[in-house]
Amino acid sequence: MRVILFLMRKEFLQVFRDKATVFQIFFIPVVQLLVLSNAATFDIKRTSLAVVDEDRTTVSTGLTQRLEGGGRFRVVREQPTTAGVEFALLDREVSAVLRIPHGFEADLVRERHASLQLQVNAEEGASAGIILTAAQAVLADYTRELGMTMGAAGVVRGPVLTIATQGWFNPSRNYKHYMVPAILVSLTTIIGLLLTAQNIAREKELGTLDQLNVTPITKGQFITAKLLPFWLLSLMIFTIGLLIGKFVFGIPTRGSIPLVYLATAVYLVVALGIGLFISTFTNTQQQTMFVAFFVMLIYLLMSGLFTPVDSMPRWAQWAAEVNPVKHFAVILRAVLVKGAGWEVVARPILILAVGGVGILTLAVRKYSKQAH
Amino acid sequence: MSAFAIETHGLTRRFGEFVAVRDLTFHVAQGEVFGFLGANGAGKTTAMRMLIGLLEPSDGSAQVAGYDIATDSEAVRRNIGYMSQKFSLYDDLTVQENITLYGGIYGLSNAQIAERTHALLGRIGLEHARKELVRRIPLGWKQQLALSVALLHEPKIVFLDEPTGGVDPITRRRFWELIYETAAAGTTVLVTTHYLDEAEYCDRLSIMVEGAIAAMGTPGEVKREFGVTSLDELFLQLTRPGAA
Repeated sequence: MRVILFLMRKEFLQVFRDKATVFQIFFIPVVQLLVLSNAATFDIKRTSLAVVDEDRTTVSTGLTQRLEGGGRFRVVREQPTTAGVEFALLDREVSAVLRIPHGFEADLVRERHASLQLQVNAEEGASAGIILTAAQAVLADYTRELGMTMGAAGVVRGPVLTIATQGWFNPSRNYKHYMVPAILVSLTTIIGLLLTAQNIAREKELGTLDQLNVTPITKGQFITAKLLPFWLLSLMIFTIGLLIGKFVFGIPTRGSIPLVYLATAVYLVVALGIGLFISTFTNTQQQTMFVAFFVMLIYLLMSGLFTPVDSMPRWAQWAAEVNPVKHFAVILRAVLVKGAGWEVVARPILILAVGGVGILTLAVRKYSKQAH
Repeated sequence: MSAFAIETHGLTRRFGEFVAVRDLTFHVAQGEVFGFLGANGAGKTTAMRMLIGLLEPSDGSAQVAGYDIATDSEAVRRNIGYMSQKFSLYDDLTVQENITLYGGIYGLSNAQIAERTHALLGRIGLEHARKELVRRIPLGWKQQLALSVALLHEPKIVFLDEPTGGVDPITRRRFWELIYETAAAGTTVLVTTHYLDEAEYCDRLSIMVEGAIAAMGTPGEVKREFGVTSLDELFLQLTRPGAA
């Protein structure tokens, strides 16, 4: 036990003496959280739109005004023909093109329905869907309004049906409530895992690890002494991030904070354990960085942090079951955003605990003082 | 328990097809200063790394401080000190912090650590730099500090891998005085070097050529055996047959 304290003291001295490491631990996560949370969003604000108005009637110009007035679209081109719009899409001058064909108003009055064409740049799949939904909402509003005015004149009859939706847990559909916890999990994972793995790789490169390996310290002591300091530092990073999330971005903290910390404490053992395990078979910092990034990229992207696990193919959903990041993300969102209690998150916490014991056992067994 | 500090039988290490150490059989008496000589790549470091438990032997056996290196490696580790050819104290810790760390690892009490720090820094004249980062002290002192830290827990045997690489002749002489003091206190010293003048300081030595021992004995014995007047001559004769 005393040996572990001496080794931990050494790690803390080294971490806090190295300005680059202190910067990496305390400054970079704060800046990234502040920047990424504002930038990484699916919200569409002021999508650039080209309107090809071949109809040139009261109804068609009214529609154009409606689109612009809602604040979600910005009409950057308005023209009577389709000349040049394709290039504008290609050139990313506009994200969508709305074509109102000749005879639109006439069709609407005579036949009670008319067609429009909306072309959306679908390079980035999700945003195309959101643009489409937003445009449909404006159109639906506008038709309802027309229906009432024209209906009064005896043109359109019949009830207009609408569906009222209400999002639970995040009623304003604030993307920050979704993105901030995701970024927080990513940053804590990346920094904690890399710090741990790089630390051992660095000692291998410097040759200081050989000096430790000829001493009688046990594998268990060594792994514990390498894990604990970075576990504490990662908890600090998480805390800073959570405070920023709460007080800068106003993410909800509906559930129990001790429960959040219990889950985080267990999760970090797994994440850092993976870092330790990686460092048992790499020899240089470069190799370690490469392997660690490869592993983290898969874990983060397949975790449901950024895209829902439910929409992944079946095999990926199975894979997510053994992905620690997925379980932690589920717990964090459930407790913070939905106010879930122990009975809801007990299972994922237990899964993480089993994972933690497993990866540490592997790391201790794989770690060898002796080259073979 | 073996009467020898180190005893090996047919110790061999292969890396794929390459045989780095071939059938090494020798022994070192307690309290002896034993020199491992050889050109770069002759297998000195590989042999040493097997004896201190950093590298698994491919074949053969060895006892260090009376313990088998294959079955009792932790007991071996408790009884040895090691100084690698690459400086391996922590550059970003102070002199005192390095000493405290290794004292703690070897289970010394705080009082013992304080007392031994005082004694060892006094011996190498480094008292004034106790709170200095190791990075900032000159190489000659770093080497002496590394040796002192390797001896901190009073091991029975100390392994020194090219301890005087890159230091000036005066510091080298000072360093050998430290080695003698250590041996006089009863610690066995196994030292690798490619400085032939240093070999003359050893009680006994072995010259390694291409992973095997080519000559072994006291400096006087090996010179007589090969009919040469200096170790220089012998070394050239062994490493470049036909040249001398």
